Amino acid sequence: MSETPAIELRGVNKSFGPVHANRNIDLLVGKGSIHGIIGENGAGKSTLMSILYGFYQADSGSIHVDGREVRIADSRQAIDLGIGMVHQHFMLVDPFTVLENVILGAEDGATLSGGTRKARQELRRLEQEYGLKVDPDAVVGDLPVGLQQRVEILKALYRGAEILILDEPTGVLTPAEADHLFKILEVLRDQGKTVLLITHKLREIMAITDTVSVMRRGEMVATLKTAETSMEELAEQMVGRSVLLHVEKTPADPMGTILEVEDLNVTDARGVRVVKDISFKVKAGEIVGIAGVSGNGQSELLEALAGIRKADSGRLSIRSETLDLATMDIDPALMREKGMGHVPEDRHRMGLINSFAEYENAVLGYHRSEKYAKGLLLDIAAIKQEAREAIEKYDIRPPSTDLRTANFSGGNQQKIVLAREIERDPDVLLVGQPTRGVDIGAIEFIHKRLIELRDEGKAILLVSVELDEIRSLADRILVMFDGAIVGEREAGADETELGLLMAGVQDQGAASGAVAGEKA
Amino acid sequence: MLDAYQTLILLLDSTLRLSTPLLLACLAGLYSERSGVVDIGLEGKMLGAAFGAGAVAYLTSNAWLGLLAGIGVAVGLALIHGFASITNRGNQIVSGVAINFLAAGLTVLLGQAWFSQGGRTPTLPQGGRFGEVILPGAEAVRDVPVLGPLYSELISGHNILVYLAFAAVPLTWWILFRTRFGLRLRAVGENPAAVDTAGISVVLLRYRAVVICGILTGVAGSYLSIAQSSGFIRDMTAGKGYIALAALIFAKWRPVNAMYACLLFGFLDAMAIRLQGKSIPMIGEVPVQVFQTLPYILTVILLAGFIGKAIPPKASGVPYLKERS
Amino acid sequence: MSAGQLPRWVDYGLIPLINLIAAFLVSGLVVLLIGENPIDAVRVLIWGALGFGEGVGFTLFYATNFIFTGLAVAVAFHAGLFNIGGEGQAYVGGLGVALACLALDRIVPWWVTLPVAVAGAAVMGAAWAFIPAWLQAKRGSHIVITTIMFNFISYSLMVYLLVNVLAKPGSMQPETRTFEEGGRLPFLNDIQSLVDFGTAPVNLALVLALIASALVWVIIWRTRLGYEIRSFGANATAAVYAGMSPARIIIITMLISGGLSGMMALNEIMGSQHRLLIEFVAGYGFVGIAVALMGRAHPVGIILAAILFGMLYQGGAELAFEMPAISRDMIIVIQGLVILFAGALENLFRPAIVRIFTPSRAPAVQAG
Repeated sequence: MSETPAIELRGVNKSFGPVHANRNIDLLVGKGSIHGIIGENGAGKSTLMSILYGFYQADSGSIHVDGREVRIADSRQAIDLGIGMVHQHFMLVDPFTVLENVILGAEDGATLSGGTRKARQELRRLEQEYGLKVDPDAVVGDLPVGLQQRVEILKALYRGAEILILDEPTGVLTPAEADHLFKILEVLRDQGKTVLLITHKLREIMAITDTVSVMRRGEMVATLKTAETSMEELAEQMVGRSVLLHVEKTPADPMGTILEVEDLNVTDARGVRVVKDISFKVKAGEIVGIAGVSGNGQSELLEALAGIRKADSGRLSIRSETLDLATMDIDPALMREKGMGHVPEDRHRMGLINSFAEYENAVLGYHRSEKYAKGLLLDIAAIKQEAREAIEKYDIRPPSTDLRTANFSGGNQQKIVLAREIERDPDVLLVGQPTRGVDIGAIEFIHKRLIELRDEGKAILLVSVELDEIRSLADRILVMFDGAIVGEREAGADETELGLLMAGVQDQGAASGAVAGEKA
Repeated sequence: MLDAYQTLILLLDSTLRLSTPLLLACLAGLYSERSGVVDIGLEGKMLGAAFGAGAVAYLTSNAWLGLLAGIGVAVGLALIHGFASITNRGNQIVSGVAINFLAAGLTVLLGQAWFSQGGRTPTLPQGGRFGEVILPGAEAVRDVPVLGPLYSELISGHNILVYLAFAAVPLTWWILFRTRFGLRLRAVGENPAAVDTAGISVVLLRYRAVVICGILTGVAGSYLSIAQSSGFIRDMTAGKGYIALAALIFAKWRPVNAMYACLLFGFLDAMAIRLQGKSIPMIGEVPVQVFQTLPYILTVILLAGFIGKAIPPKASGVPYLKERS
Repeated sequence: MSAGQLPRWVDYGLIPLINLIAAFLVSGLVVLLIGENPIDAVRVLIWGALGFGEGVGFTLFYATNFIFTGLAVAVAFHAGLFNIGGEGQAYVGGLGVALACLALDRIVPWWVTLPVAVAGAAVMGAAWAFIPAWLQAKRGSHIVITTIMFNFISYSLMVYLLVNVLAKPGSMQPETRTFEEGGRLPFLNDIQSLVDFGTAPVNLALVLALIASALVWVIIWRTRLGYEIRSFGANATAAVYAGMSPARIIIITMLISGGLSGMMALNEIMGSQHRLLIEFVAGYGFVGIAVALMGRAHPVGIILAAILFGMLYQGGAELAFEMPAISRDMIIVIQGLVILFAGALENLFRPAIVRIFTPSRAPAVQAG
């Protein structure tokens, strides 16, 4: 590849406050190729692409398009440079027709008639050339997701994109739709376009890309020819040999089943089935870890179990009591009553009210307990007393019950949530991403506390996208992919093997299978 | 029979007159809300414009200069609303309330300070007011049965702003659905991120919508003081801005529907005036308040989703902030 | 902007003060525009409001109205709701007061009528807020719009009732008969002798307003209900996670809010006018928005803001008398400016102040 690369990045840096999202990124993307960028969630892929598309400005470094150094200050300039982007969350206007969406921002004149006529012709041409068939007069909001994505691609092509960036394009697609998308991408490449594919799915990388770059924790750790690498190698690069936090842990000594979930199905607001026929058991004195790349239904699983999200079907037994999650009137208060604690995945959105004082957050969800009532009033003294005890026990800093939780560090915020949920002595604890955005010291503390809890005979269901965390804490590991549990492994399972499962490679030997290998 | 026909013509004639300010304000709100900026300050902008128009038309004896002043005042208030809700990303409802207060206070305060007539502006001199436009042939056909009165009474003989208001309906439709600006306007009210990623400035687009809203409320307010009446009086909008808001919801944010909604609400108003103290055969005397409240009640029922569903532009009321995706 | 805890005196003292100063500076420009001296105007205004007993009495009388309507708006604010229908709720609340007074004033002394009138005011005000609340909770109809609509519906309803049902027989005036002693709250002038309020109608309702303020404080900050209201207003997702029911919170909050608005009528109808009459609410419901914004939705702030607005009302009347060029409408302008600066433009000064007072601490990590 001696010709000028389509894109070249040199030493690109981008920080958001204290978070270094992109660190000294170098990248070469050859013209007329499909280049994959793979990495775990939060590795910095989306930030990098947003810089390319002018949504953010890099703090330092340079961008070259077709060998020319450019500054991309906004999306308009990116478009003018021939860069098109298909965002993970589509940038479409739902009540508009396909045609209206396509011409938005590229109307060709003050009135629409000329532009629409031209766009109609152009769409027909694109349909013939790339097999991108969509009814131009259909209302976008009525189209299935796969077709909506096609509209996004058409938008970019209509604007003359030579470089097409797709951010996690298959996240919302069925396997068949994904296959179709890949065929389209191949046609685009064969016609001389450059495609940048952002994904966390190894199979996709192997199936379609020519070259692949791996990102990890904001850095570009490798760029390889796809033909010369393997899923195992990529998985290793992706997960990295990061310092394994050592957790002191004796083998589990599980007793009887405390939590049993049967046949759980959940549909999200868009009508997509996000949890598919999930059944599992958690025993007393056992941590069951759910591994998976985020967005594969773990969040919805947790929320359904916690009573926050309505299930389509499913039964949940806690101790000996069985609840029907679809037909019964389940709410989080009831689940707490039944002995279920819940450390939610996103403490800012759900677990804490950050404008509230620490002590107020320390009883969130348990505020109706008689313990905190003094006649008609809340017994603030009792609440604060308990909050103080938790602060001491969990070493929460600063040790103030009156400070708003917004002003605590991530680790201390998480300890506040953890203390609240653990100290009520639940039989079952649901834990989502317990150490996301948490400093090392607090991670260690949180992990130790979870192990202690296990040893006290509690049942813990741990959801984490950090494979290290799952591997060091869980006694049994379930891997979720695309809403279903695709594999179960014992503690200490090989990380590459788990990585492959998480990336959607079917169990046992099917590793080299093509994308289409999945059942219809 | 002829009498009844005559009555009907008169009723419809006053319906047109009463609908005009509603229609202008309703279309004004349509531009703003279609762009994603909620505006409950239509009332205040109309009121400010009515005062500005009344004052300037009196001082210059020129209705057109009055209209220009009215538009100027309303656009000024619209820009305050724009600054608060677009640039400062403040609460759009609160900003609208503030505009209404400012207009209610300033109009009377300045009116009193400048003209010392209890907040009124003095009665307009000749030329300060928009007169009736007699359409060609109106006199000639007056005596033609049925169609004559229809043309000469109902269609002819309104002031220019009435025709302007009704002409604004197809024009708005055309702008909204047939021009680049309209396409972008509709898009930014539904999904500003889509507009942003298409390389279009969300802020600029919304400001343009808010200014158009100012212009139209300016015409609406001027109509009240220098076309329908002959000078500004305290609180002369009397809730018309809110009725226009109701009409906008009733019209589901569509221009032609807006015309029908405003005609309906104007008709109810005309009925209320006409039937005050009179009784309707078979039904008896209907309290005038029934007609006065019907627009509001109908709108509430519509909002509750009992007759169709009024779905506002998805992004209306939400300040646009680039998010980390 | 979100993080960073400001010291309480900054949050509840300095920021409102800066907003107020901005509003008054612009008002001063308006006075200059009229051709009067703003400093003189302020002097007249303050003297008129506080310079003599009767002035103070009127100031407190108006403040009573504003405390009630300010509390009403504030309670809804805590749940993240914008109750713009205080005007209508107060109007219909007046009906509750009047019915109680008309029924009892000739039979029992005022202190027997009072609890019934309070209940009437609160129940009617709450009832008028219930439908918008229910529509918001169950059908998602935007409460701002529905409460506006209900204001207008209340105007027509009350005019109809006053003209056709409640009017004094033989009278053309749209008002009820005047209540007898048993339907009148005592004037403060008659029950204490420390201050001479002259003819000012400040009455026992002021005490009720202060009690209501204390109760609101207790409910919002000391009860489970208040905890849930604030949780829902601050973070609805977290409230659901914590097992709270949004529909229940919306409806209960609006009932309290409407009830408080309705109780404003006690001051006007039972305390001062002694009859139910047309348009007695006169915009006080809307002023509640300014009061709640200015008082940062805290009862103490609301009492202070209500007194400030009471001063503006009373002092403004005095000002209009002394400087005829500045009519009473000046106070509406000032209210508008307060709403603008303290509400709609709150992001104008706040970020700078947050920067000054929270210098070192790095914001909590928000990586995603």
